[in-house]
Amino acid sequence: MKWDEFFVTGDPLIYGADVSIGLTVIGILFYLTYFKKWQWLWTEWLTTVDHKKLGIMYIASAVLMLFRGGVDALLMRVQLATPDSKFLDSQHYNEIFTTHGTIMIIFMAMPFLIGLINVVIPLQIGARDVAFPYLNAVSFWTFFIGAMLFNVSFVIGGSPSAGWTSYMPLAGNELSPGPGQNYYLLGLQIAGIGTLLTGINFLVTILKMRAPGMTLFRMPVFTWSALITMIIIVFAFPILTVALALMTFDRLFGAHFFTLQGAGMDMLWANLFWLWGHPEVYIVVLPAFGMFSEIISTFSRKTIFGYKAMIWAMIIIAGYSFMVWVHHFFTMGSGELVNSVFSITTMIIGIPTGIKIFNWLFTMYKGKISFTTPMLWSLGFIVNFVIGGVTGVMLAMAAADYQYHNTYFLVAHFHYVLIAGTVFACFAGLIFWFPKMFGYKLNERIGKWVFWVFNIGFNVCFIPQFILGLDGMPRRVYTYSAASGWGNLNMLSTVGGFLMGVAFLILVYNFYFSFRYSERENTGDSWGLGRTLEWSTTSAVPPHYNFAITPTVKSFDPLIQMKRDNVDLKPKIKDIKKIHMPDNSGVPFFMSAFFFIAGFGLVFEWFWMGIVGLIGVFITLIIRSFDPNEGYYVSEEEIKETERLTV
Amino acid sequence: MAHAEVHDHNTPLEYQSETGRLNILGFWIFLGAEIALFSTLFATYLVLMFRTADGPTPHELFELKGVLIETFLLLTSSFTCGIAIHEMRRRNRKGLFTWMIITLALGAGFLGYEIYEFVTYVHEGAALGTSAFWSGFFVIVGTHGLHVTMGIAWITLILIQVARRGLTPQTSAKVFISSLYWHFLDVVWIFIFTAVYLTGMVLHNG
Ligand code: HEM
Ligand SMILES: [Cu+2]
Repeated sequence: MKWDEFFVTGDPLIYGADVSIGLTVIGILFYLTYFKKWQWLWTEWLTTVDHKKLGIMYIASAVLMLFRGGVDALLMRVQLATPDSKFLDSQHYNEIFTTHGTIMIIFMAMPFLIGLINVVIPLQIGARDVAFPYLNAVSFWTFFIGAMLFNVSFVIGGSPSAGWTSYMPLAGNELSPGPGQNYYLLGLQIAGIGTLLTGINFLVTILKMRAPGMTLFRMPVFTWSALITMIIIVFAFPILTVALALMTFDRLFGAHFFTLQGAGMDMLWANLFWLWGHPEVYIVVLPAFGMFSEIISTFSRKTIFGYKAMIWAMIIIAGYSFMVWVHHFFTMGSGELVNSVFSITTMIIGIPTGIKIFNWLFTMYKGKISFTTPMLWSLGFIVNFVIGGVTGVMLAMAAADYQYHNTYFLVAHFHYVLIAGTVFACFAGLIFWFPKMFGYKLNERIGKWVFWVFNIGFNVCFIPQFILGLDGMPRRVYTYSAASGWGNLNMLSTVGGFLMGVAFLILVYNFYFSFRYSERENTGDSWGLGRTLEWSTTSAVPPHYNFAITPTVKSFDPLIQMKRDNVDLKPKIKDIKKIHMPDNSGVPFFMSAFFFIAGFGLVFEWFWMGIVGLIGVFITLIIRSFDPNEGYYVSEEEIKETERLTV
Repeated sequence: MAHAEVHDHNTPLEYQSETGRLNILGFWIFLGAEIALFSTLFATYLVLMFRTADGPTPHELFELKGVLIETFLLLTSSFTCGIAIHEMRRRNRKGLFTWMIITLALGAGFLGYEIYEFVTYVHEGAALGTSAFWSGFFVIVGTHGLHVTMGIAWITLILIQVARRGLTPQTSAKVFISSLYWHFLDVVWIFIFTAVYLTGMVLHNG
């Protein structure tokens, strides 16, 4: 490979990106050095195993990825705003829709939710940390480095361009030569390791580390949703691991799993991909459901309506999520019988979802509602998500899907579920638990602007796409003719897209504004309406050990019970005992660096480099295995001081 | 986490620390994920079973004798691994070492035969890139073989730790977990033996 092939050249957009990446890196390095922050960065963040800090790092990375994916989206919208546009060429457009989809689902939605789960769940179940804090750091770092590897493709070697679904034979060597598709395979593979470990970690955490008295059916709905999501992860992610590995063998070592030659089977990829892919959409929507349940219940000042129905609905959804995958390729030759079966299973999945919608409505019914921003996002979710669900059932009718499939109708459907479901939940959850993470709230007035601008933009962007889809505009085309008559609606859609971009910028401004001017919280129950244990901590941001004294749970909505019983949440001096906590470790960071080396080597088929990286990974594993990692004790004095207890 | 805990004599050593218990549960869940992983590989193999293109068929190349020896070695190693855990629970370090080392030796024997088998097939014209069938074959059997290799390396590292630190609740939990892994590989092999070798020889016969 020559150097001018190594770096992506020839496109002014990419040169612009090169420059801005360079400047940002220099800026960060300068800041860290000038303000002597290296030490702080290393001890407080890069080596931490604290679930709250890891959660914050997940969320920060996800917001960054939301920005990257959002820029991709706006580039596509600019190209499509007018017919016969020359802004992007077809190859570039293909690359952008591929990276957009992949980044939004794998590197934005999942880490955002996993980040919030990290911050909240251990607190919500009254635990001091997760079951495997070290593993949690490994999860974060493998996700992060997978995301970085994928993003590097943009400036080095070229991006994948076969769509986030990467159907074969399009994604094979013949039609997608070069390193682009390899980035997809290895970036997702490395990040997938982290996701699987998160699944195992939180399953054990939720099953084994709950505070005394918190039976399964006293767990908050968000904790339940996380538990069920983790079960889906544990069974779905290995399928992706295998599918990615097999395609890697096809591309790198000449195997014939999905190729046209050697009697390979291209549809096998589509099946494996969606066997993971459909559960994946529930992985990103169930935690969202959980968060909305907490928020709606909190700001309606009522306990959640139909708690058990909520939970059984999620369990049924999880089970069914593995039985509907064929609905993604009704048109690809499955035959009537198979199509009918999967058509029905798909429609059935709408029922538990509908039940949940009614439960949220009944929770609000006769409640005394506070229209805070998290609540606004939740209300926006209910309205918009119904549109996504109803159009989903339309798509589920196999015969009708021949009309909708691969058109903008489908694109609008999944954006109505993914944005109104997952993204709204991420915003709502972030705002709701922001004081738990940082000790102050985001400004509500600016927050309302973000909500309204985003919501209007969202609908202006995607409602026209339903109409365009019904009018036959196919997805994944880089341009269309003026004669098609699609110009006006596309322009409208682009305007909506930019409104969402504006809303994002206002949100970022709100981060800055609130950091400067927001009042600092001085109680753990920042909204004054908390129902669950995370709001029972003595300070707004819990100390690294979370609870000086493990709380005891007597009912569902435990904090409400405690408030009713006038329980004094301040710990008594006599009850303070030393607390055992895990040690920080730099090993996960280095492990992920070796993963990067290995991944990068394999992307370019420099096998020596791949091997060097993998050896490095094994060395870090061995180092960890030999480390007795006994942790340390937080002394009683330190706890008393942190809790401001005086004798 | 690690507090001093009171146990009656019936609690096995590996279950005596909180960390040990959590790790063991976590590992069971990991094995659940491994089952999903191998199931996917089996499904792939079965789907591609008759797709030999111009390459040789398994009926032409598979040889029962080598596979039976492999099966015998691995099954026996699972048994000796069980004895090793039994010795560990009796706090007999020497017994643990003896039986574990026998286990590893049997595992290495299994691997040796498998590598030999692979090399033979390649010489006879069946490699990863020959046809979809052989891609499926090498990847499923190879993935299992890779697991065995990792198992050998991992158990060796754990034995070194036991030699250094003795049988504590921590080290014994590690030994126990690695033994779960070893038994699991045995179970997977039985499925491979049935779904890959027996089926390959019988169904391709006609
Ligand atoms: C009522 C529940 C739902 C039903 C009945 C449903 C049905 C469908 C159907 C039938 C398709 C395939 C259409 C085609 O390709 O022609 C589809 C695509 C899709 N759905 Fe849904 N869906 C539902 C909920 C969701 C949720 C909750 C999410 C994510 C949070 C989601 C995300 C997606 C995505 C990402 C695609 C398209 C992927 C692609 O082809 O690139 N759906 N849906
Ligand atoms: Cu689906």
